[in-house]
Amino acid sequence: MKETIDGNTLLLVSDLKKHFYVKKGFRKVHVLKAVDGVSFKLRPGEVLGLVGESGCGKTTLGRTILRLYRPTSGTVLFEGKNIYQFSGEQLRKMRAGMQIIFQDPYSSLNPRLTIGKMLHEILSSHKIGNGGQRQERVEEIIIKVGLEPMHLKRFPHEFSGGQRQRIAIARALILYPRLIIADEPSSSLDMSIQAQILNLMKSLQKEMEISYLFITHNLSAARFMSDRIAVMYLGKIVELADRTQIFQNPSHPYTRALLSLCPIPDPDTRIQQVELKGEVPSPVNPPTGCPFHPRCLEALAICSKQIPVLTEIKPNHYVACFLFTQQNNAVTLQSNPR
Amino acid sequence: MTSPDDILRIIDLRTYFFTSDGVVKAVDGVNFTISKGESVGLVGESGCGKTVTAFSTLQLVPNPPGRIVSGQIHFKGKDLLKLSKKEIRGVRGKEIAMVFQEPSSSMNPSFTIGNQIEEVIRFHQGGSSIHVRKKATDILEAVQIADPKRILMQYPHELSGGMLQRVMIAMAISCEPDLLICDEPTTALDVSMQAQVINLLNDLRRERGTSIFFITHDFGVLSWVCTYAAVMYAGKIVEQADIRNLLKSPEHPYTHTLMGASPRLDRDSEMLDSIPGSVPNLINPPSGCRFHPRCDYKLPICSKEIPRLSEKRQGHWVACFAESEGGVA
Repeated sequence: MKETIDGNTLLLVSDLKKHFYVKKGFRKVHVLKAVDGVSFKLRPGEVLGLVGESGCGKTTLGRTILRLYRPTSGTVLFEGKNIYQFSGEQLRKMRAGMQIIFQDPYSSLNPRLTIGKMLHEILSSHKIGNGGQRQERVEEIIIKVGLEPMHLKRFPHEFSGGQRQRIAIARALILYPRLIIADEPSSSLDMSIQAQILNLMKSLQKEMEISYLFITHNLSAARFMSDRIAVMYLGKIVELADRTQIFQNPSHPYTRALLSLCPIPDPDTRIQQVELKGEVPSPVNPPTGCPFHPRCLEALAICSKQIPVLTEIKPNHYVACFLFTQQNNAVTLQSNPR
Repeated sequence: MTSPDDILRIIDLRTYFFTSDGVVKAVDGVNFTISKGESVGLVGESGCGKTVTAFSTLQLVPNPPGRIVSGQIHFKGKDLLKLSKKEIRGVRGKEIAMVFQEPSSSMNPSFTIGNQIEEVIRFHQGGSSIHVRKKATDILEAVQIADPKRILMQYPHELSGGMLQRVMIAMAISCEPDLLICDEPTTALDVSMQAQVINLLNDLRRERGTSIFFITHDFGVLSWVCTYAAVMYAGKIVEQADIRNLLKSPEHPYTHTLMGASPRLDRDSEMLDSIPGSVPNLINPPSGCRFHPRCDYKLPICSKEIPRLSEKRQGHWVACFAESEGGVA
């Protein structure tokens, strides 16, 4: 998939790779291809859901986009500028535009800072406003996330998990970013609290017109939050389409299997489960060709030899699978009950 | 209400924790029954007492601070709470087995899988080491583990979470228990592994007639595993019904909002239902109905009296005043 930049692009990721080098034994070094050639673009105010099972590289991808990791190769353009070329003051400026919310609100807040201090520190390190203006902004943001100004004097341990996640959201919002990478923001929370956090994130996104890269393993949460959804498997995006397309017309065999295996709380909907053989292979020694072929029930001869590229099979519906690029045997596969 | 098919019958179970801050009434008057070959689910948020209920059944509640204050737990006619320590040890793992949430932390890291499965079989059934090893191999095959001989030689850290959970289930069913208690067995697993574990449990129930007591917070998993379910809130059961009735027409306001609070895979939604506030402190629970401070349908009576479970329809029990006055949702 070749993406070009235009006025309507906030983030452009092209052929991004992040490989880790894992020492094994005395001299041997293995290459772990956590992210292996990912390209996509994100429009302003859009929510892209990034789903996949654990170990598929979704968290690494998020962190590489924020330059928390140096990429092995590839580029990330944020508002048209390559984020890997900046340093010092320019980097700090750019970082103000992109923020992150982590999964575990118990380990992502500094236990020694009060909430107010923490939020003030962000503003002062970015040299925004004077004391009074900062206090105003801090209070505004804490109310926005559903807490009270009196909470600013407290330390993180005085809050519950849901409240802490609200604080993490406040921290991400205080610089008015254009992009937030949310890495499983609700997964560690209880059901009723999870609903509060997801509702809050959704309404803030609409109100402040922020783009989210919403990373999750929970397909239902992805459906609730996202405009478009990318499915990742072993470091690669295997399918990328609008939310409705993904759920009504899932095309990649992996997406179809994944959807069929998610239990639905409705005794009348029984979907034919598509079996997923075995387990996710190790990214240290990924299979040749299409990374999914050893578990795929519809694998062709070519699948073990060549790597399929993400191809547009319908407008705005991209799939990396030979079933769709090898002549039109795709049509017969499209009937899915969901 | 006792029928010969009942495997487990819990009557008015109360398990309290005596802490320095006060008495935590974690389980406060729970009643339910599991029949043979049935799979009963217990749903609720963390801290509602579902795990403590399960632990009480096998007297695994750490004492102190926890203690079963009152109640009866009838299992195949005998009251488990009246058994001696030695007698209950003969029930645990043999007649009632348990599968825990976190497979990697419930296995002993310094013994091989083989050691740990064989220990269970040797303790309850005995036999020569060749016989025990053969039994362990068979049981791993039964949970669809390829190459069981190799797995038996491995240590827990060498296996993935999904594999370990299947090993845990194998260990649990190795003595062919009548009842299998599963405490969120799929919560730590990926979707594909979760589906494998669920299918395995369903096969067990169908083929061996094992009754299952299943604890979860996920209504989707509940609908795939259970035939009957109870919803728990702050130490009490607020609603119980067969799975179809519960999912199709939840009656208690808590059940209703809890279901609306989880995002759905099968439909788009603008906003999720959210319950204001958070789960109450069980040292000093709200008076009357424990849900009333968070309830949209509360009546004046709700803060004064405790609602009892009453049969709203055939087999559908609800503990709610607003409901019996004729109208929630």
